[in-house]
Amino acid sequence: MLSFVMQHTMFFMIPLLIVALGGLFSERSGIVNIALEGKMIMGAFTGVLVILTFQETLPGQPILIIALITSMLVGVAISFFHAYASINLQANQIISGIAINMFAPAFAVYTARLLLGTHNMHFSNQFRIESVPHLGDIPIIGEMFFQNTYITTYLGFVILAIVYIVLYKTKFGLRLRACGEHPHAADSVGVSVTKMRYSGVLISGGLAGIGGLIWVIPISTVFSGSVAGFGFLALAVLIFGAWRPVRVMFAAFFFGLMQAISHSYSGIEFLRALELPAHFYRMTPFIATLIVLAFTSKNTVAPKAIGQPYDKGGR
Amino acid sequence: MNRSSMLSFLSSVLVIVAGLAIGFIILLISNANQAIPAFTTILTFGITSMRNLGDVLLFATPIILTGLSVAFAFKTGLFNIGASGQFTIGAFVAVFISLEFTFLPPPIRIISAILAAATAGALWGAIPGLLKAYRNVHEVISCIMTNYIAMLFVNYMIITFIFDPGNATSRRLPADSNLPTMGLDYIFRDALRPSFVNVGIILAILTAVLIYIILEKTTFGYELKACGFNKDAAKYAGINENRNIITSMMICGALAGIGGALNFMNGTGLAMGIVDVLASEGFMGISVAFLGLNHPIGVIFSGILVAYLYIGGARMQVFGFSIEIIEIVISIIIYFCAFVFLVKTFVGKGLVKITKKTTQKEEIVE
Repeated sequence: MLSFVMQHTMFFMIPLLIVALGGLFSERSGIVNIALEGKMIMGAFTGVLVILTFQETLPGQPILIIALITSMLVGVAISFFHAYASINLQANQIISGIAINMFAPAFAVYTARLLLGTHNMHFSNQFRIESVPHLGDIPIIGEMFFQNTYITTYLGFVILAIVYIVLYKTKFGLRLRACGEHPHAADSVGVSVTKMRYSGVLISGGLAGIGGLIWVIPISTVFSGSVAGFGFLALAVLIFGAWRPVRVMFAAFFFGLMQAISHSYSGIEFLRALELPAHFYRMTPFIATLIVLAFTSKNTVAPKAIGQPYDKGGR
Repeated sequence: MNRSSMLSFLSSVLVIVAGLAIGFIILLISNANQAIPAFTTILTFGITSMRNLGDVLLFATPIILTGLSVAFAFKTGLFNIGASGQFTIGAFVAVFISLEFTFLPPPIRIISAILAAATAGALWGAIPGLLKAYRNVHEVISCIMTNYIAMLFVNYMIITFIFDPGNATSRRLPADSNLPTMGLDYIFRDALRPSFVNVGIILAILTAVLIYIILEKTTFGYELKACGFNKDAAKYAGINENRNIITSMMICGALAGIGGALNFMNGTGLAMGIVDVLASEGFMGISVAFLGLNHPIGVIFSGILVAYLYIGGARMQVFGFSIEIIEIVISIIIYFCAFVFLVKTFVGKGLVKITKKTTQKEEIVE
């Protein structure tokens, strides 16, 4: 039972984690990223398109890797529009985000209908790993983390480690964070705010693109131009995690666990015994998040320069 | 019209034309043979008959209100992404009263349904407001959470209290619960039948004017805006920031809640479904608000424009294109809004040149 819940927690947690870490890059550089949802959809759409193209000819794992790379590139590409409007044009950063969120699902459905005749893109799941050799045989832990799994689960933790190192142990990370806190100070010591913010937004697009595909694969074999609001949930996870990578991971885990429980409550003895209507179990993750936030947000501080276009002549 | 507002108007028109042009190109790429009739349909269907024009206004009613909700929040420094949940809660309360309070005479029932929807929306909006004011919870995250809670909660309430098992939706509203048409059905009709357009659109426009007056002509509105513009300065001036955040979110909630009521009391026999996706009117409200430059009067026009494109787009489907093209066009228009300042300066420079030339000519003539 525990291992079942844990496996499902991973399915929800990993995409949330990756996408929220993407959002973190953009927001720590000072650019609000409301567009995560749209970027996820673009990534998922192209990823699934790649899977559909190759699924007859190639084995599972290589396809997955090609699809992930494509999703990432498309996420980066769509982010150019976001970056150009919010950095070069100094426009309100929410506007281009909304535009992308509206464009992506419409584009995915429209293009899928044009190419395949239907907006429901069915693909076959050849990516599930029954049990990781050796590791899957470890008692308890093996069952929880190394059975019924996907390489993307481990990718999520690898990305977390990389993000942490890049953000806190490299010059690039320091500069990026400086641009989100005090861009004028960064500029005065020769850091290009434009370049840093571009990197932030483009990296966020790449991660959101990957996250979109990772969201689809474990839970469904059909993609219909929607990621069911997970981009917005990832944004919530990012804020919940106070814009810090490790706390984002815990936030993603908490939310993933809540989702997993609310989806599988009928298998958990004491929850079933409560005999609440099904809708209340599904409400739990959202209510629990609100309650936890109410007790933990008092001292949360957002990146200081977030949402403000950088004006060299301003003060 | 002064020069600056003329520039705003011109650049908005340019932005819309550019969005439509890209939409046309996409239609051409998809199916060149049908592109021209399909595109003509998008552009003209809304005015081919008075009935269609009425349908545009009918469609515009709820999204003007959710648009106002988002725009009002934005003016006061908040991002109300929770209009969807507030809309759903308001809609449920209005539908519930229309179905269950049949002992009330119809006019009183209709008025109380709208007022109750506004109250319920306001209370729902107060949740993120309170959390932000007293617990420092970012309103974006609490709005996202309350959206999902509203959706699931309303699903449960419909099933428990007003369910129609035959259709798996709420029961349909009795005919005497519909908003009065106030003679609009005599204006907006074609040879076959009238449009369902009703007093809702008038209410929506009046609400927009009211919001404009509150924001621009009252001390109360000035204080709310001051908080949005610079909260430290507002605090320094003795404005109670916490109270303003809560009030502002409650007004936003009330607006979206009224939108929900008007949407389901419009006489089309719409029932509330058991849904798994958030109400799209809330998210359309964000688009409408930003297209209307977050100005209450601008929102009226952007709401009608979006509705016009949707009605034309729905009709365009007979040519074998899917309606998503409309969403693509609207998203491109919204994106180009980011260019408005650029366009303004560009067009502005052009205007200066023209005026200079004409004055020079006049001088020569003299």
